[in-house]
Amino acid sequence: MVETGERTSDAKIVVEHLDFHYGSVQALFDVSVEMAPRKVTAFIGPSGCGKSTFLRTLNRMNDIIPGTRVQGRVLIDGHDIYSNGTDVVALRRSVGMVFQKSNPFPKSIFENVVYGPRIHGEKNSARLREIAEQSLQRAGLWAEVKDRLDQNALSLSGGQQQRLCIARALAVGPEILLMDEPASALDPRSTARIEDLIGELREDYTIVIVTHNMQQAARVSDFTAFFYEGHLVEFGETQQIFTMPKKKQTEDYITGRFG
Amino acid sequence: MRQRSNGFLAIWAMRIIFYLLVSSVGIIVLDILWKGLPSISLSFLLDSPRRSGAEGGIFPAIVGTVYLVTGAIAAALPLGIASAVYLSEYAKQGLFTRGVRFAIITLAGVPSVVFGLFGLGLFVIFLGFGASVLAGSLTLACMILPTIIVASEEALQAVPRELREASLALGATRWQTIWRSVLPYSVSGIMTGSILGIGRAAGETAPILLTAAAFFLPNLPESPFDQVMALPYHLYILATQHPEAAKVRGMQYGTALVLLVLVLGINMAAILLRGRFRKKYRW
Repeated sequence: MVETGERTSDAKIVVEHLDFHYGSVQALFDVSVEMAPRKVTAFIGPSGCGKSTFLRTLNRMNDIIPGTRVQGRVLIDGHDIYSNGTDVVALRRSVGMVFQKSNPFPKSIFENVVYGPRIHGEKNSARLREIAEQSLQRAGLWAEVKDRLDQNALSLSGGQQQRLCIARALAVGPEILLMDEPASALDPRSTARIEDLIGELREDYTIVIVTHNMQQAARVSDFTAFFYEGHLVEFGETQQIFTMPKKKQTEDYITGRFG
Repeated sequence: MRQRSNGFLAIWAMRIIFYLLVSSVGIIVLDILWKGLPSISLSFLLDSPRRSGAEGGIFPAIVGTVYLVTGAIAAALPLGIASAVYLSEYAKQGLFTRGVRFAIITLAGVPSVVFGLFGLGLFVIFLGFGASVLAGSLTLACMILPTIIVASEEALQAVPRELREASLALGATRWQTIWRSVLPYSVSGIMTGSILGIGRAAGETAPILLTAAAFFLPNLPESPFDQVMALPYHLYILATQHPEAAKVRGMQYGTALVLLVLVLGINMAAILLRGRFRKKYRW
């Protein structure tokens, strides 16, 4: 296993000295971290610690919020995504995102999955069907929906909707998958399914997941980053973070003394 | 106990006000039905007027109003939606856009005769359309534009952020997101604004008085540059300008009834259409 801080060349995502502001409020302070390819990195921390904000800087989703400001660098495959001339559309194609509240479009299941390929110019209906099937297979939803692809996506259960959102993100062919508390609104059984899915997807995708649930972070991730009040307090292999954290704050949070 | 009786009083007060309103509207409608129905016949609907409208039918006025309203909607809807999309999705929010919004809301309250005068100056005289269907439609379009913009912008802003984010996160451009997700979702709200606009466009007299309407024109318009008769104007003429105004009471009520039914029909169609969109795009 690689040690923290020693990887520079093989990291998929490298973040250097990132500051983030919402207007006059600073939300992230000098965050530097690296995320390994085909591994699951979990961000944990109390509400408002900046972990979701940080996740959203990785596909420039914060761009759509007026008055936000970013300083520092975010390198994906060595390219600074905040440099001038970065194609945000291409960036978001390679960095997929799954949100806390499942947000399928009010369209059919099929149309949801092929939304991405369609906007990127795929018109061949046979090819679209193929992509839809593959993506739904990958998200573990195919067996449940294959006979009702034309039904409205909102007729699915919450857990199914979230897996549909994962399928929709996969259909674009990303290399990185960002997940913002993907299971926080789901019942335990659906949560377990999502966690199993993350376990399967880690073989092909670099996954970054924000979670409130520490057991979940411990179960699904290879690396864990602990955020507190906008600072990255500690980053390391999940096992190390949960068994022998180096910082007192991390230990306090993990053992449930606050947060 | 005291609070309960206060609530009881308030509800009764509201109920009485509601009944008063409904009954006054009801009386107006019933009066028009009562006095208008006897004049309604197939020949009244399908014939041209004779003897300055004292005899014959109102067919050219019906057609004229349909043309004017259709033209107004065709011009105002795309323009209004485009303005709303720009204002709410693209324009940098600041003092200037706030000023523009304030101006639009103010325009929505400007008396219709002012729009008539504006249309006379711009379309009829300056652009040289003459008094015509085209000039009248565009004038009516200007009049209902503010209503459509305000309603459309509200509908766009009611689209949940999650929906936009879902689309953007898949690599959609801002325009693709608006075109494929935001607009379809907000279409029912946009329709609500348009429905209000249609009703106003069909019923207003002042704007077309100066820009499109002819007092007596038995023939149908052949091009957009022709003048037309229109129901509200015809009604105004019959009621106040006609030499035998008292004798043509029946014709007046008949015209009013047709106008009422026409507006009701257009609104019903729009509401039905909106209902279908709503069912398709519920969140």
